Amino acid sequence: MDKILEVKDLHVNFATYNGTVQAIRGVSFDLNAGETLAIVGESGSGKSITVRSILQLLAKNADIAKGSILYHGDDLLQKSEKGMDNIRGNKISMIFQDPMTSLDPTMPIGKQVAEPLLIHNNVSKKDAMARAEEVLRLVGIPNPKARMKDYPHQFSGGQRQRIVIAIAIVDYPEILIADEPTTALDVTVQAEIIDLLKELQQKIGTSIIFITHDLGVVAGIADRVAVMYAGKFVEYGSVNDIFYNPQHPYTWGLLDSMPTLDTSEANRLNSIPGTPPNLLNPPKGDAFAPRNKYAMEIDEEEQPPYFKVSKNHYAATWLLHPNAPKVDPPASIKKRFEKFKQLGGSVK
Amino acid sequence: MADEREKIVQVRNLKQYFNIGKPNEVKAVDDISFDIYKGETFGLVGESGSGKSTTGRSIIRLYDPTDGQILFNGQDISKIKSHGPQMKEFRREMQMIFQDPYASLNPRMKVKDIIAEGLDVHGLVKGEEEREKRVRELLDMVHLNPEHMTRYPYEFSGGQRQRIGIARALAVEPQFVIADEPISALDVSIQAQVVNLMQDIQKEQGLTYMFIAHDLSMVKYISDRIAVMYHGKIVELADSDEIYNHPLHAYTQSLLSAIPVPDPEIEKTRERIDFDHSQPFSDDQSLQEVLPGHFLYCNAETAASFK
Amino acid sequence: MGVKNNMEQIPNVPKEKFKLIHDENNNEQEKIGTPSLTYLQDVRRRLFSNKVAVVCLTLLSIIVLISLFAPLVAPHNPNAQQVTLSNLPPKLGNLNIPGFNGYQNMGGKMVDAYKQAGASKDTFYLLGTDYLGRDLLSRIIYGTRLSLIVAILATLVDLIIGVPYGIVSGWKGGRTDTIMQRIVEIVSSVPNLIVVILMMIILKPGLGSIVIAIAITGWVTMARLIRAQTFQLKEQEYILAARTLGESSTKIATKHLIPNLSSTIIIQTMFTIPNAIFFEAFLSFIGIGIPAPNASLGTLLSDGQKAFRFLPYQMWAPAIILSIIMIATNLLGDGLRDAFDPQSDD
Repeated sequence: MDKILEVKDLHVNFATYNGTVQAIRGVSFDLNAGETLAIVGESGSGKSITVRSILQLLAKNADIAKGSILYHGDDLLQKSEKGMDNIRGNKISMIFQDPMTSLDPTMPIGKQVAEPLLIHNNVSKKDAMARAEEVLRLVGIPNPKARMKDYPHQFSGGQRQRIVIAIAIVDYPEILIADEPTTALDVTVQAEIIDLLKELQQKIGTSIIFITHDLGVVAGIADRVAVMYAGKFVEYGSVNDIFYNPQHPYTWGLLDSMPTLDTSEANRLNSIPGTPPNLLNPPKGDAFAPRNKYAMEIDEEEQPPYFKVSKNHYAATWLLHPNAPKVDPPASIKKRFEKFKQLGGSVK
Repeated sequence: MADEREKIVQVRNLKQYFNIGKPNEVKAVDDISFDIYKGETFGLVGESGSGKSTTGRSIIRLYDPTDGQILFNGQDISKIKSHGPQMKEFRREMQMIFQDPYASLNPRMKVKDIIAEGLDVHGLVKGEEEREKRVRELLDMVHLNPEHMTRYPYEFSGGQRQRIGIARALAVEPQFVIADEPISALDVSIQAQVVNLMQDIQKEQGLTYMFIAHDLSMVKYISDRIAVMYHGKIVELADSDEIYNHPLHAYTQSLLSAIPVPDPEIEKTRERIDFDHSQPFSDDQSLQEVLPGHFLYCNAETAASFK
Repeated sequence: MGVKNNMEQIPNVPKEKFKLIHDENNNEQEKIGTPSLTYLQDVRRRLFSNKVAVVCLTLLSIIVLISLFAPLVAPHNPNAQQVTLSNLPPKLGNLNIPGFNGYQNMGGKMVDAYKQAGASKDTFYLLGTDYLGRDLLSRIIYGTRLSLIVAILATLVDLIIGVPYGIVSGWKGGRTDTIMQRIVEIVSSVPNLIVVILMMIILKPGLGSIVIAIAITGWVTMARLIRAQTFQLKEQEYILAARTLGESSTKIATKHLIPNLSSTIIIQTMFTIPNAIFFEAFLSFIGIGIPAPNASLGTLLSDGQKAFRFLPYQMWAPAIILSIIMIATNLLGDGLRDAFDPQSDD
């Protein structure tokens, strides 16, 4: 597989009135051509900041303190603002959560879709508009030729998100970053947009980094999954590794707190107690320890390294240390282990 | 049998229109009827624009209903005056939990004053000492540290703020609580905290909930019965298991088929059912009980086919 | 994800470190670590970290204090004439500071104006005297005081009429709002200069007619701003919550609306003040404001302007003070807006 993007040991700090917030505390991952990587985490975990660092779309008070972001071996962090302009919207493009604020209300949508082409490529206006029409058809806007002259408010929420996607893919980017693209949408529309993204990936072969807090969405779209907590990846692996053989107690907690359709009221939901730590003063040990039912002494003293679970599956929890006691995961997680065995995986 | 249970809320042909007589008239809620039994959790599900939040706000009289009746404990509250003694009494009995934990608490007030607002309005406590004691109890009930009662809302996380909102609603000891998308703005791990808390309090105090949401899996989990709303109308109403196992309306089916499940194998095989939005309703349709306790918005012919 | 340094060898940790330490009744997670700051403390902190705003605040405080204690601070009676000592240039004691040494250019020669006028050795006027021999410094202090009185009255009008008007209009909405807004439009369409001139038919020119003119027209901007804000606020869920709790409209206004409108009110006030001061100065300058012999910044400018070519100091001093007040209040207003609304500063 071709690695097209490599993020190494990324650290991002934010200067605030109260002090320095260590929003990203050492994130490393890579992205292969044509795959979908999902980054899952709660608000404040740093998942949006991670991907915004790639395109350097961070707020003014942000400081990328350490790390490198290699795109085909080229460090994006060393690039000038002009150099980045040639990457943004062209090689790597981004879709945001709110389709209404991502579109310019005063410009017809055809022009908005064609704009990236006019900026980055030497194409005539006519060609750009023709391409825009083609892409709008691709994302499922009915009768695109006539509707290109319409303005954003004349479209429904789901259609607007389709237009945003059209703008993002008009230049057939190598990487598409989708930052919670379905969170503001209704379930039925969400399902349509996810199907659309999968279909587009097949057609134009783009790699997708998909940011979400919804594990259900992840299960449907991702090839690989990274679970993020307090500015770090706590576990990453293939989608099956994460859903059927999760190892980190936080991943357990996330999976366990979602009601499935056969959870009845008799069995109570399992919640993760407490709230995420304040990254102004990140804890010395494992950031999840105070909320962790399975916390050990070592968790409070030292941050866990990544333990290898299987090929390409890693988890940062001391529970994987050979000296750690054997713990009893939640019942719903054990069921997932069962399924993992059925699928031919080996559970520790 | 269901019919023998005591009804706490009876909604009869409720209509809530906005901008009446103007070109931009909106029929947000268009002739809906349903009952809520004492002690149950009644789920109201729908997508944005379906009128589910408007229904909740009409019932709690944040709006003046255009037409129809809302019986609360047998008494019609749809037309009582907004500042009379009757209304004040009603305001104690019915309360609301709001969606946005960031907009639902006044940023300029201390937590203790936010929670005590209802106590002050209805004169439920005498003196500062009793007021503080009651606020402590309420904070304790929602598992918040009573030491933080002099802090301001922005210092709390989303989940904690939502629990402050719950404490505020419960301060006046209502019988019936409308929860308007109380968890949709919260993170997954926090949603479960809030839902568990709501259930515990319901058991302790015998509350009745109306739970408005678009997240069907959580509604299914928390509700005894569910009504599905679409374009201002209730299209289906039944026990929550029944709705999930035997959805009858095409819209309910499409809604259920769209829920993402945190299981890649299931996701791979999931088939989405599309709903045709072009001609959703016809004039001969109404909400009818087609199976015991299972209501469907359909015409007489369809209803007869279930007999 | 192929991170190279991933634990190929497992760290050596003693077994006893792996004791489970979970505590079921652990309430620590709900603790808030950061110190408690009220909103106002936060605003103050942001305001004080803005250097421009602090300088403006200091300057304005000094000006306010001096004019507040004018009778104690002013070296002379502002209206006392001493015709023999007219048009003396600034002199600071017997120190020989150029520009403040009492010398004056007369026919191309620097002459000691004080000696020429026959003033005693220890007579000196810090900012000189005017054509009637009145001490300019004292007149400026009293003039500033008058300007500030106008500013305070204009602010009161804003608060007493503008704020409640805006709240009622925004809160009631519908027909009430429509009628109230038509009234606002009518009022704001009459230029206040015309109001003052009409007022002169009934009243004598003076503080009274200026204040009435401001009272009639000055509150309009505040009322509009407050109305727009109230419209937004009334849909906020905490206002809805207060309504479902049975809170009365008056209580909602005082408990919820006004505290959340306070930033708008304060900021708008910072823009009302210089407008009112300038309005007074303008009226006095064109001769329909404060009547003689009372000093106001406007009349001083008007007097100074007449002799500007020969005795420029008579206009410079009041002009500088007026400019400082105007610029400082405007900049402080900007600083307050940033302090109240942190989003606006990035």
